[in-house]
Formats: sequence, C-alpha cells, structure tokens
Amino acid sequence: MPSSKTREVSISALLLAVTLVCVAAVLLITVYLMWAGLPAISEIGLGNFLLGKEWASTSSNPKFGILPFILTSVYGTFGAILIGVPIGIGAAVFLSKIAKGPVKRILTSAIDILAGIPSVIYGLIGMLTLVPGIRKLFGLPDGASLLAAIIVLAVMILPSIIKLSAVALDSVPKEYEEASLALGSTPMEAYLHVSIPAARSGIIASIVLGIGRAIGEAMAIMMVSGNVANMPSLFGSVRFLTTAIASEMSYSSGLQRQALFSIALVLFAFIMIVNALLHLILKKGKKHE
Amino acid sequence: MGMSIVLAGGAKEKASVSTDGSTSMEKVIGALGEAFMNQNPGIKFTYNPTGSGSGISAVKEGRCDIGLSSRALNDSEIAEGLNQTVLAYDGISIVVNNSNPVTGLSIEQLALIFTGKIANWKEVGGNDQTIVVIGREAGSGTRDGFETITGTKESCLYRQELTSTGDVIASISQNPAAIGYASLSSVKDTVKTLKVDGVIPSEQSIADETYKIQRPFIMVTSNARTLSPSAQAFFDFAMSAGTESIISNAGAVDAK
Repeated sequence: MPSSKTREVSISALLLAVTLVCVAAVLLITVYLMWAGLPAISEIGLGNFLLGKEWASTSSNPKFGILPFILTSVYGTFGAILIGVPIGIGAAVFLSKIAKGPVKRILTSAIDILAGIPSVIYGLIGMLTLVPGIRKLFGLPDGASLLAAIIVLAVMILPSIIKLSAVALDSVPKEYEEASLALGSTPMEAYLHVSIPAARSGIIASIVLGIGRAIGEAMAIMMVSGNVANMPSLFGSVRFLTTAIASEMSYSSGLQRQALFSIALVLFAFIMIVNALLHLILKKGKKHE
Repeated sequence: MGMSIVLAGGAKEKASVSTDGSTSMEKVIGALGEAFMNQNPGIKFTYNPTGSGSGISAVKEGRCDIGLSSRALNDSEIAEGLNQTVLAYDGISIVVNNSNPVTGLSIEQLALIFTGKIANWKEVGGNDQTIVVIGREAGSGTRDGFETITGTKESCLYRQELTSTGDVIASISQNPAAIGYASLSSVKDTVKTLKVDGVIPSEQSIADETYKIQRPFIMVTSNARTLSPSAQAFFDFAMSAGTESIISNAGAVDAK
C-alpha cells in the first residue's frame, strides 16, 4: 500500500527532525558560549585568566584568575571518583551477581530513589549534618570544605555508577564465569578476574557519567563548600567552576558577567576533554578484545 | 483608582505584579504581598528571592515589575535610569551560635573580627576558639550595608560566603564559633543576637537610630517603563499609611 509507505517515510522524517533538535541545541550552546565567553578571555589574557590565583570580580581593582576554581573542580571530581567508584562497583557486583529475589528488588529501588533525590536536598542535609560532623571529627573551626563537597559528590554519583555497571555485569555471558569456576576459582575470584574485566567498557562508561555529574553539579556543593575563592585545600573553604558561575551570575554586569561566561566555556571544554579521553580509552579497549 | 481597570482587564488574563530581589526583605514583602492579594483577589503577586544585586539587575533588564533592594542605589545605577523608594528601615543583626557566651561587641571589634585581626573569641571575652566568619555573596545588600557601616569594604576575610539570609542563619546555628550578619526581620531564636555598642536591635532602637547597623529596604523601578496598573496598585498599597502594622509585624520599621 502506498499510504503505509508514505507513513513510514514521514515518521522517519519526524524522527530525523527531533534528533536534529538535539544536535541544534548542542551547536547553539557551543556557539553561544564561544561568542559570550571569548571576549573576556581576550581582554583579561588567557594566561592571567587560566593561571591567575586571585578572583575578586567586584573589587575596585578587579582580578579574574580562575585557577582556584579549576583546581577545586579537578580535585573535587577526582576525590568523588576515588570514593565513589570502588563503592559503586562493589555494589554493582553485589546487585548483579549475589543479590536475589526480594533483596535485589528492594536494593535496586533504594538506588533508584537515591538517583531521584534533588541536589538541593543533598546540599541541605550536607549542610546540617555533614558540615558539623566534619568540624567535630577533625577538630576544625568550621566544616564547610572541599572534603564535605567530595563526600556529597561521591554519594551523588553512586546511582549512575551502580546502575550502569550492574547492567554491564548482567550482560557478561554466564559461560565466562562458569569456565572460571570449572578451572577451580571461587565465585569471588571469578567476579573480580573475569566478570569485571569483561564488563570493562560498561563500567568505564558509568565512570564517565559519574565524572560528568560530579563536574557539573553546583547546587549541592554550593551549600557545603563554603564558597570562598581560595586555592583549594582539603579542609578549606573552596569555590568550584560551577558554583563560581551560579553564585555571581544573577547580579553580575560588564566584564564580570563576560568572565562568568568564560568560566562556563572552560567548564564546557573540560567536559568535552573528559568525554574524548574516555572514548579513546573505550576504543582502545575494544581493539584489544 | 486604577483598580477597576485592572479587574476589568483581568477577565481574560489574571493581572500580576512581579517583584525580585533582596532575600532580607522576604518577610516584609511576603506580608505585604499577602495583604495585597487579600484586598485584590484578581491580582497575582510574586516574589523571587535572589538578592539585592539580582533584583536591581532584574528591574533594569525588565524581568520584573519592582526590584527589591536592601541597599540604596549607587550613583551609576541612578544614572542608568533607576528610581528608588524607601519602604522601610531594617536592622542588620549580628548573630552568633546560641552557645556563645559573648553578649555584645563594639563596631570597632566587629571590624577587627571580620577583617581577621581578632581571630579568637577569647580576645573579646568568649571561649578559647577560632572565630568563624560567615558572610554573604558580593551582590548582597546585607553585606554591603554591614561592610559600609563597619568600614570593612573589600577587606573582610570570610570562611564562608553563602547566598541567602536563611543559609547564613542555618550555618551559624550549627557552629559554636561562628559569627555572621542577617536581617533583623529574619532572625529567630535558633541563633543569638548580639548587642552592638551596647544596643540590641529592635524596632525602637532602629527608629531612634541608637542601633547603628541599619539600612533601607527600597523598591526599585525603572524610568524606562511605566508600571503596569497592577504593579502601580501594589506600589501605592505598600506606600499607603495602612501598612505600618504589617511592616512592623514583619520586623522592620516603616519609613513613611
């Protein structure tokens, strides 16, 4: 029937159109960030901007150095990954290989709930429990710090790491583990040496998602990190790339506003680099298989 | 009155007034908005708590009808065509944790504490613990008021820079060594208010100016646009004689 053919064509055209909307959004954001972010960088100077250690955007003698923000975001994300990845992969192995029946169902839905909690709630609970907790535990004058932000971020990235890693582990063919068991390994040895390496690309993809979420988070860490533009230290008050933008954008003007867009451009570049690096790793991993 | 026009126009689309700005003004503007909507059920009143600097930007860029600021406009903002109308006066309370034994400080001591020259509570009669200075973001009207009056502009050393009055109070209530500033109208018994130069902030001490750390609550409008009838109605209501008790119940001092 010709009508069904036309319908097929028009539906695929529609699908193409909605896909193009997504591509257009990415292009629009890229072009806009370039347009809005480059003028301030050329005015301040790329070196002064990226390597300047002082940010005083509203001072009478303004300084726009974002090295403190860059380092804070890098350390914060790295710290969150360091804590979140082993816990996340461990939980994924348990969910995928060990947990059965109702236990598995309950745990899975608990992790889904964790994923659905709005970031402002992480921030609020962090502010009222984690910050005083760190102050008491380490005997500090104040607990709002990079460490508090790292812990909040580590918890926030857990659901994406667990869910994706568990899916990857689920799809490892049973024969792999059975072969390992037949050769005399214990189940735990089989998971560690066979299942996890076999699920490698899915697990790395989950870590990418975790890095993406950690580096892009603003609301929750703004409430626990103290938000002062210091060079980062584990127990000090710090400001991230994201929170630098979020805390000043609404009242900014002139060069200050342009510089905030420049920070956004740097953040964008960061996420591009992280994605590209991990794609490279995934490709290499595939070649070796 | 402009009222009847608003209500007639409201048949199709509900008339509205949007305000945006100072988080310190939350209680005052919330109470006024509520009373206004009770009198004018046809008009929808909104308030976006973003901070004074944001409110001023919002009205300049036409993103709200009336901007709210807890600091007076500066010369460049007036030159850009903005108008200010003082609605009320508010005290900036100096607050510490409830467990802190200190009951009062002088303005000079405050300046030394906020610039880091006094770093331990025992130097001002408190416990032997490091002082944790908590402040607001650079666009805050409360920060501007505090730093202007204590002469500490651009020299304060903050441990935390939080983005709302509520966050400052919540943080101080959790830390026995913390000190910060917040609008008098927002302070409850979760934190302790200090005397400044021997005077506790109150409606009385702000009206007779014996409490020194005070600033205006202003409504900001733009010369470039005339207010919509509903926004004008709210503006007139807020400035009318009948709202004195609403403003004082919200913890500020009426300016009319």
